[in-house]
Parts: sequence; C-alpha cells; structure tokens
Amino acid sequence: MNNVLYALLRRLRLPLITMILVYSVSILGFVLIPGVDDQGNAYRMDFFHAFYFVSFMGSTIGFGEIPYAFTDGQRMWTLFTIYATVIAWLYGIGTILALIQEPVFGRMLRRRSFVRKVQGITEPFYLVCGYGVTGEIIVNKLGQRGIRSVVIDINESKIDSLEISGNLPFEVPGLCADASLPDVLDDAGLQHDKCVGVLALTNVDQVNLSVAIASKLLRPERIVISRTESDTTTANLLSFGTDLVVDPFRVYAEYLSLAAHAPYTHLVYDWLVNPYHRPLSSAYKKTKGRWIICGYGRFGSALYREFNEEHVELTVVDSNPEMDAGLPYMVRGKGTEALTLSEARVEDAVGIIAGTNNDADNLSIIMTAREMNKNLVTVVRQNVHANKLVFKNSKADFIMEPGQIIANRVLAHLKSPLLPVFIEQMQAYDDVWAHTLLNRMNSVTQEEELDSWSVRVDEENSPALIEMLNSGVDVNLGVLLKDPRDRTQSLSAFPLMLHTDDIYDILPGELDVLKPGDEILFCGKSKSLRRMEWTMNNFNTLHYLLTGNEPTGNLLSRILNRQ
Amino acid sequence: MNKEKVIFAFFIVLALTLNFGFFLGEIDNPEHHNVFEFFAAIVVSLICTALKFGDRTHLGALMMATSLVADLQLVVAALIWGYAEQVSGVGMTPSNMSSVVSLSGGALLANIISVILLMVETIMVRR
Repeated sequence: MNNVLYALLRRLRLPLITMILVYSVSILGFVLIPGVDDQGNAYRMDFFHAFYFVSFMGSTIGFGEIPYAFTDGQRMWTLFTIYATVIAWLYGIGTILALIQEPVFGRMLRRRSFVRKVQGITEPFYLVCGYGVTGEIIVNKLGQRGIRSVVIDINESKIDSLEISGNLPFEVPGLCADASLPDVLDDAGLQHDKCVGVLALTNVDQVNLSVAIASKLLRPERIVISRTESDTTTANLLSFGTDLVVDPFRVYAEYLSLAAHAPYTHLVYDWLVNPYHRPLSSAYKKTKGRWIICGYGRFGSALYREFNEEHVELTVVDSNPEMDAGLPYMVRGKGTEALTLSEARVEDAVGIIAGTNNDADNLSIIMTAREMNKNLVTVVRQNVHANKLVFKNSKADFIMEPGQIIANRVLAHLKSPLLPVFIEQMQAYDDVWAHTLLNRMNSVTQEEELDSWSVRVDEENSPALIEMLNSGVDVNLGVLLKDPRDRTQSLSAFPLMLHTDDIYDILPGELDVLKPGDEILFCGKSKSLRRMEWTMNNFNTLHYLLTGNEPTGNLLSRILNRQ
Repeated sequence: MNKEKVIFAFFIVLALTLNFGFFLGEIDNPEHHNVFEFFAAIVVSLICTALKFGDRTHLGALMMATSLVADLQLVVAALIWGYAEQVSGVGMTPSNMSSVVSLSGGALLANIISVILLMVETIMVRR
C-alpha cells in the first residue's frame, strides 16, 4: 500500500480513539441517567435513541430533546457532552488539516503522482538528473524529436519551471529530490523497461558519479552520459564504462583549438553540434598566430594544453601570484586594464580568450582588448546563464557557456552514435575538404538549423527497405534522398557517412547499394527526416521512388498490367 | 515494560473477553445477553481498530483485517438489535436475538484470531 494512507492513518489514531471514547461515554450517560416521559413516568433512554441524540448533537445539528423533553439531570449531561464532542471533532479535523498543510505530506503526494506518471510511460524515455541550463535544453530538444524524458532536480524552483513551461508536446514528469539516492532514481524509472538512457547533468560531480554507478550496476548495456568538472571524476566515470563523459572546459578548449588551427573543419563541427551555427563568413577571420589567455583556471589550463598540442603560440595573463611561473610568456595582472594587456602585446596577437570566472571581468577584458586591436578574435566565457543578454550583445566572436556546450555535446551523442565518429574521422581531412563540405551543407540548409540523424537498414527501423531487398531488388543510397511526394525532387539532406561491416565510409556516393545492417548518417533540414522515414517504412512509397509507378496489389490491375 | 504494548494488548484481550461474555448463554434468550456488555464490546472493538492503524508490517495488516471483521459483525448485530427493538414494532423476538448473538459469535472468532496473532508476534520477538 502507499505511504500517504499510512501516514494519514497513523496521525489519526489518537483523534479517532478520543472520538470513540467521547461518543461512547456520552451515549452511556444518556442510557444511565433516568428521564421522564410525556405522562410523567420514569423511563430510561435506550441505546438506539441515545446514539441518535448524540449523533446529531455532536455534529451540532441539534434536532431538540427527543423522544421526550429532558429532565434537568439529562440537560446537565447534555451540556457536558456538547463541549466534549465539539472538542473531539475539532481535534480530529484540526489534525487532518495540519497534516494536509505539512510540506512533507505535499511532497509525499507529489512523489506518488510522479511515480504513477513514470510507471505509466509506454514509450522510450531518458532519465535526466539535473534540470539546469543543460537539462532544459536537452529535454526541449528531445521533446521536439518526440522523445520523452523524466526529470529529477534537487531545486524546487527548477521543477516548478519545468511544470509551467508549455513548449513541450507532452508532460514531462519532474521530481524535486536528491538524485544521488537510489530510491529516488528507482522511482524515476531507473529500472523501467523503457528507460533507454540516463543523463547525469547535475553540477555536483559526486552526484553524477553515484547516478552513473547506479545505472551501470542495474543495466550495464544502457547508455549513461555524465558531465564532470575534474579529471579525477572523468577517469573514475570512464573506468566503469560510462558511455560519454563531458567536461565543458575540455570540450570547449578542443573546440577553440580547432577554430585556431583549422577554421573550416571547426565550422563543420560547429554546424553539426550547435543549433545556432556561425555564419560561413566568420571563418575568413585570421586565427593563425599568437593567442592571449586571460585567467589560468580550469578553463585556461585546459585551453593551454590543447593549444600547446597544436603548437599555437600563447601568452597567459593571470593575477594569481601563487601561479606556477614555469609557464612561458606569463604576464601578471587581471587583463582588465590596458597596461596589462599591452604588456601581453595585444597589438600583434590574433585572438584573446577572456576565461576568468567573473562575467564582468571577462566582458571588460574583451572590450579593452578590442579597443587596442580592432582585428582581434575575441572569446569570452559566460559563467552565469542570466547574463545571456549582455553577452549576446558583446559582439564577441565566441561565447563559451558551459551549460550550452554540454547540451550540444550530449545531444550530438543522442541524435546518433555515428555523429561523434564522423566528427573524429573528419579531423583527418584538411581544411580545403572541410570548405567544400561546408558549402554543400550551406546549399542544403540555407539559413535553417542543420540537423543530423542516422537510419538503420533492419527489420525494426526500415521494414519496407528490407522487404524490397529480400525481393531481390537493389536499392541504392540515393533513393532515400528523393522526395516521396515527387521523385523528381530531392530532399534537403545528404549522407555524411555510411557504416557497413565495421567500415566507416565518409561522404558515400549516392550509387552505393544498401545492405541489411547498414547504418547511414545524414545531415540536412529536420523535416527531411520525417519524409525519409516515410520512404523506409512504406513499401508503396519506396516502390514509387524506385520505379515511378504506384505498386498495384489488386487483381484487376495486375491482369491489366500483364497485357 | 513497554507502556504502549500493555495498552495495545489490554484492549485486544478486553475485546475478546467482552465479546465472549456477551456470547455466553442461550442463543435466543434476551435475558442471557446484556445490552451494556454488547455496547462495551462494540466500543472496545472500535478502539482496537484505531490502535492498529498505520502499522505497515504484514502481521499488522492481518490484525487490522481481523479487527475490521469484528467491527463489521458487531455493527451489523447492533443494527439488527436496533431494528428489532425500535423499528419492527414487535420488540425483540427469539429469532432476532439469535441472529444478534450468532453475529457476535462470528466477531468472537475474529477476536480470537486477533489474540493469536498478538501471541505470535510476542513469541517472535524474543527480547
């Protein structure tokens, strides 16, 4: 049975016993006290009438003295019992009201309805622990793809904002609780059959760690993605098979270093993972040369490592006097003053990265630096999400916001496991290749968001394709790219990679013949995905695309066609 | 000695003894069955039920169930008694009396089970 009922009953034990005692004593009193009937004879009230009288008196209805007018002795007892029963009622009702108003009781009720909602989910869903900036973006994006999620956050206001946000097509169950507790995770569907992945996105590494461990212990094959902010936690998470560990500082450092040494490859990456992609023209800016990093904290040191690997020349600016002076080109100071910046020779640098943990300082750094050198590439770190408006108008070339970065990285992984593979493989190609690819992407999407997805040739995901292949017809990749409404038109998409028998074929040709078990990564406008699904699932559509004719199943047309 | 346990056991045993006292005697003879004893049996049985509220153990659930059975039997018996005395207009007949007493006999059985469960619980806790 459920907790709520038990709590209610346990609290009501004493008020109920009080009520029973008061009623029984009152009834007994009326039965024992002698009365006088309308003819003046002595009589004793029986239990039936005594119970009737006490019942309406106790509930203050008061039908009067029945069956006969009372004697003074009976009235004295009535006086006593009126107060006794009223007090007993007040006590009972007061206890119930107090219980209902208790926050604990409300939490229990909410927890119950949450558990019921989670158990009622019949579609695959993701369990999202932590509904901050990252969690919110991910839940929304998944929702737009029709994928459900369940949210846990320790902060009540976050759960409230989830409940009032109306931009999702379905309800997302949310619970305010500590995600590191196994029973909370269990209630949120950790053992649910339809839970396809667990995302540990809280800002406490320990909580993420315990969520990841709990999930990997219960179901080793299920996807677990965790964010982290320290290298020790990263190593720990990877040690037991966490599928993806996202360290925002490291991810952004890699991203920036790519921007510094291969601007077009960087843009391809950016377009694939970032919903608001940067314009093509931004790659024309000069990024090869000396960079300045202000603030050598977690972000600064991750950047330093990445840039060093790519042999980019660096100058570090930091005000911390305890900083290890072993770094080359170290300048002491905050970077907000022109003096420090000119000491760091901002005039002949190509870029400056304002990476301190203070938003106002960061903005001040890039504004001062830009005044000293107009052509500087500026990168600014945004620590507080609420400062979004100011940063948007800061005209910085790159804004680094940890929440958004983690969300992009996680979504890239969730969209298709092939996408990270593609991103890794494409780095082997040169910038010219990337430029061509970029032009192709641009012609497909124009100003819209570039989406990416993968399709699988198997019975479950593409029954029509399998049926066609089984009937001995060769289907090539290009068929999937035709518009199912008009085969002369093409969908706004193109294949990025074909995965067949452990071979990853980058940018496959449209004439490649599909085999069962193949997996193809596409990019393009997101509406093309729905049309493509149509082709893969509907045999008639596929037949039309291949031959230009509607397949005709009925007898009459078969006879007619034969002639 | 645990005061709560004493009170709990006291009421459960009292419910049984009162019920047994009322049940004794010829089944259809109103002279043998005291109405005050019946009233006391109902009140104590109700108190027992309230005392058993909120126990989440399996044994607690069983005891709660036996108590509810006893309440149900006694309340129905009280309804029959009230109907016979007040509503029927002929007063208490031997057939009505025998149904009241047989219903209380049923409640007696439920109370016996309740006491047995209480003993089981006591024996299980060897402290």
